[in-house]
Amino acid sequence: MRLFKMIPDNTNLPFMKWRFWAVGISAALLVASVGVFFAKGLNFGVDFAGGLMIEVGFEQPADLDDLRGKVNSLGIGEGSIQEFGAPEIVSIRLPLPEGEDDEAVQRVVTSVQQSISGDYPDANFRRVETVSGKVSGELVRDGTLAAGLAMLAVAAYIWFRFEWQFGVGGLVSLIHDVFLTIGFFAWTQLEFNLNTVAAILTIIGYSLNDTIVNYDRIRENLRKYRKMDIVPLLDLSINEMLARTTMTSVTMILALGALVIWGGDVLFGFSVAMLLGIFIGTFSSIYIAGPLLLWMGVSPNTFVAPEVANAAAGAERTGNG
Amino acid sequence: MLEFSKVKIWSIIAVLVAGVIFSLPNFFSEKQVDAWPDWAPSARMNLGLDLRGGSHILLEANADTLARANLDKMEDDALSELRRAEGGAITVGDVSNRGGRVSFLVRNVDEVDRAVDLLRNLSLPIGVTGQRSFNVEVADGNRIVLTQTSAGRVQAMNSAMTQAVEVIRRRIDELGTREPTIIRQGAERIVVQVPGLQDPSALKELLGKTAQLEFKLVDFDADPSDIAAGRAPAGSQILPMSDTGQPIAVKRRAIITGDQLIDAQQTLQQGQWVVSFRFDSTGSRRFARVTQENVGKPFAIVLDNRVISAPNINEPILGGSGVISGSFNAESSNELAILLRSGKLPVELKVVEERTVGPDLGADSIRSGTIASIIAVAAVVGFMLITYGRFGFYANIALVLNVFLIIAVMSLMGATLTLPGIAGFVLTIGATVDANVLINERIREELRKGVRVRQAIENGYKMASGTIWDANITNVIAAVIMMWLGSGPIKGFAVVLTIGIITSVFTAVTVTRLMVVLWLRRARPASITI
Repeated sequence: MRLFKMIPDNTNLPFMKWRFWAVGISAALLVASVGVFFAKGLNFGVDFAGGLMIEVGFEQPADLDDLRGKVNSLGIGEGSIQEFGAPEIVSIRLPLPEGEDDEAVQRVVTSVQQSISGDYPDANFRRVETVSGKVSGELVRDGTLAAGLAMLAVAAYIWFRFEWQFGVGGLVSLIHDVFLTIGFFAWTQLEFNLNTVAAILTIIGYSLNDTIVNYDRIRENLRKYRKMDIVPLLDLSINEMLARTTMTSVTMILALGALVIWGGDVLFGFSVAMLLGIFIGTFSSIYIAGPLLLWMGVSPNTFVAPEVANAAAGAERTGNG
Repeated sequence: MLEFSKVKIWSIIAVLVAGVIFSLPNFFSEKQVDAWPDWAPSARMNLGLDLRGGSHILLEANADTLARANLDKMEDDALSELRRAEGGAITVGDVSNRGGRVSFLVRNVDEVDRAVDLLRNLSLPIGVTGQRSFNVEVADGNRIVLTQTSAGRVQAMNSAMTQAVEVIRRRIDELGTREPTIIRQGAERIVVQVPGLQDPSALKELLGKTAQLEFKLVDFDADPSDIAAGRAPAGSQILPMSDTGQPIAVKRRAIITGDQLIDAQQTLQQGQWVVSFRFDSTGSRRFARVTQENVGKPFAIVLDNRVISAPNINEPILGGSGVISGSFNAESSNELAILLRSGKLPVELKVVEERTVGPDLGADSIRSGTIASIIAVAAVVGFMLITYGRFGFYANIALVLNVFLIIAVMSLMGATLTLPGIAGFVLTIGATVDANVLINERIREELRKGVRVRQAIENGYKMASGTIWDANITNVIAAVIMMWLGSGPIKGFAVVLTIGIITSVFTAVTVTRLMVVLWLRRARPASITI
């Protein structure tokens, strides 16, 4: 029986030769992400913006214009009314009512529901979410804190298990991943909500997983080939791990692809973010995490205790002399 | 690495069998599980509200009104303590409770020390820090200032919230809804989750009302033009009628409150819905006395500072029971009866977050989540099989066992499965597979180097373990932070991810190794395809 191999044995791609191009593209994408973020902003869901979201199902395809007219005529602000996954299902988003009154939003829900039920007795309120300004503010704070802490904690772990250069390399590639993902959400204006934050945290976990797998091999090779230059050593390590990297990415893409296509509308943003994260994460663990080690001067001596390294250097000198 | 003692083999098998057994209740309906014998496992995962449908409501206490009420109470307690002081009442004047503190002048300067002693005894010690519920200070010789301490405020909020949870539970139980979850969250919040509830408006009505019932005498001396302008005579206040909104002047001091009610029921009286009520014995005596004293005068029945009705006292009410009539219908009279029976909330609560999912969306989510999971597993299983052959097959068994283990652990922990949790399941599949990919690729490498089969497999497991360990630890770190800081969907996702990562290391490393070892012992292959 012959087994399937996506990456032929002894593949030897000169990854580091393309590092300037790759890092250049990354930098350009980063700048673009930041630009789009400031130009367009994120399409915050009710979790983060506050306000309310009502998902209504009808027997027939819904008349969006009529619903829009109805909601806007209630005088509670400009509603965003969209089809949600199917023509019979509509999502209605309204901003937080003006003023400090936390219960105003509850009254708005009631009036929207009554207004719709009045004309469409078959309307089925599938989902109602209201989040007050205070709670949404806390969700933003906790979400940001969670992402920030997760990044610092894992970077600290890498530092502890490897060396500081690896910790910094891991952290920078994570920041890169998070920025690009947020840029993607700003660009597509897909809804950014709590699920998206969960997705970003998972991307952090996954990307780091990839980075660690590569770093582990780099460390192993640094100890094994003490005379090898760092560039070919990085190439060798990445190539050795390439079959695994590809294999794992493909299985993740298969699993997430299933979620994107069949996972339903509630999870759509989450799954798309994750899927994108797989690509960004794989890329950054090679092209951000790798070259950074190079630029921070990682060498075979990095993993040798200083006195041993000195002794070795001394021995070499004696040998030469 | 390839040695397994008999004990170890059997313990691994025992864990796996237990995993399968304890996950079983989740694959049968509740009825079927109930019919199982007692020794069979019955715990199952909870389904989150996003999957089964229901309402999640987050309530927040209004700390300001609570502080205000506590201040009023502090003033009342302090003044009555001084009035009833042993050795003669201490007269005070110029009472004010502005700026979060109560201050007053003691008329006779010689009595200041006695008053301070009495008041210090009135304050309660809190905890072990030696702080008391309020501080008593003397300013300008004969002015006494009472300020609530921070410990006192925390304590007051704590006891109010504990009581509020109880009151909410009674109110929700009255609605007849099944298995509500009512949990205090943080210092000032309460989460209420009611599965299967599709329209939470009745629930929110019930939760949003303080339900403080008071009986107050109507103030007839007030000038109608003053009432219209909202100016109340001293000792009185202007309240709106609850049906018309028309203002009415009533005495500030309640003659009796709902605290002494022991029962309230909705009843039909001459074709009208009314709420009948009954006082406890102290309440009855008090009610009898005040009605006797005030025959012929109207008294106002006040609920949360709105006057429901202001009937005349035609004769003394001696039995301790009566009816409240107003413009009620069947629904509103029932609501009032429930509110009165379950008691008043010690603190005003407002809804700050609501998430309601209808049963349709829940069912849709379960269906699409299941379909996506099955397809994901099938795709990954097929892919592993064509890539690693026998070793892929072992990895696939590990994958399936891992699913059982996750379900078993979640059932035993009583954890909740949410829609993002299903996504966590799918991701765990990736994590399990990744460990096996690392191992198998390492075996391939070793074989390419010309290492013999047994040694190559041993090296593969040994050398990949460190990487697998590091990679999974970082994932657990991220997941634990999500569990700690995350709310709602993030938490549901993180729970599955954490459990899944831990069980996946067991199944993907230990269990596959056992399978490989057992095969090696039996077949003793000279070469392997991987």
